[in-house]
Amino acid sequence: MSAVMTWLNGPLGLGLADWFQLLLHFTLLSLLAVGGAITTVPDMQRFVVGQHGWLSDAQFSGCIALAQAAPGPNMLFVAVIGYNVGGMAGVLATMVGTLLPSSLLAIGASRFGDKRRDSRGVRAFTAGLAPLTVGLMLATGSVLIGPSGLSWAVAGLVAATLWLMLRTKRSPLWAIALGAVAGAAGWV
Amino acid sequence: MTEASSRAAPQSPADLFWAFNRLALQGFGGVLPVAQRELVERLGWLTRQDFLELLSLSQVLPGPNVVNLGLIMGDRAFGLRGALAAVAGMLLGPLILVLVLAVAAVQWRDLPAVGGALRGMGIVAGALVLSTAIKLAQGLKGNAMGLPLAALFVVVAALAMGWLRWPLVYVVLGLGMLGMAVAWWRLGE
Repeated sequence: MSAVMTWLNGPLGLGLADWFQLLLHFTLLSLLAVGGAITTVPDMQRFVVGQHGWLSDAQFSGCIALAQAAPGPNMLFVAVIGYNVGGMAGVLATMVGTLLPSSLLAIGASRFGDKRRDSRGVRAFTAGLAPLTVGLMLATGSVLIGPSGLSWAVAGLVAATLWLMLRTKRSPLWAIALGAVAGAAGWV
Repeated sequence: MTEASSRAAPQSPADLFWAFNRLALQGFGGVLPVAQRELVERLGWLTRQDFLELLSLSQVLPGPNVVNLGLIMGDRAFGLRGALAAVAGMLLGPLILVLVLAVAAVQWRDLPAVGGALRGMGIVAGALVLSTAIKLAQGLKGNAMGLPLAALFVVVAALAMGWLRWPLVYVVLGLGMLGMAVAWWRLGE
């Protein structure tokens, strides 16, 4: 019985007010997710780990790692965070929050903007946000690597991953497998 | 009629559902490369040019890129029903899989090897995001605001978010507006 409750409701026993806050925060982040859901990771971490203490730093990074190791869109990491914070109710809150606002906006904007693609306004919009996207992704990378601290082994794992992705055509799965082995063996 | 016969297209929302289901389940560490191969090369529903335009539109709009791409493609083909079919196809199967993994990880995360494996994978997840950022940064050479200004925005955004830990809402609204204003001004020169 209690296992079922944990599955539905999560290990922390969150209440209605908490779910509402979770939904609201992910709704806000959905609309700010320029360049994809992954750019909102630093703010999610600030909210879930720093502000509420629902997860530890390492648990938070682990959620994203798990989603990366499974097939499917990267945005599914929000479902894993939702599950670890609030069970299936948490999944519902984070998934609806992440998907609904941006989806409505995408359909609306695509219907509206299809014919205005070359206008100065649309081009300024694209060019103005592009560097922001890159900066937010650098922050995301550092937030995910950060909790492990800087050691030669961590730096080596990061360098190996960068080499694999930038210099070879191999699947990222190889890097994830290497990380899993290095972690299980206690090297990083 | 010649138009319809010269290019393949999804015949129903169900076609979209299964196509996106199939490509999502093949996408380890990201779906976009698989989406390109399936939609352009295997199914021929989009040309290379179509795909690139659709992708840049999906990237500029907030929200998950590949979800936006499915939504817009589905909406153009069959309206809202098509958009829902594409996104449901893309998310349903992988969501079930990832939740099964999450349940298993919670059961076993107190084992040192599982906790360690997750920590190691977390480091790699961070490095994967860094590698994408480095690839995207190469596209900034052609940015309308010019490379030096674009690089400055990259650094300020990374520091504000990763080091100072400002809330994202201030960073996106503040730097985003400023960036658009600068780009607007440079485009008018």
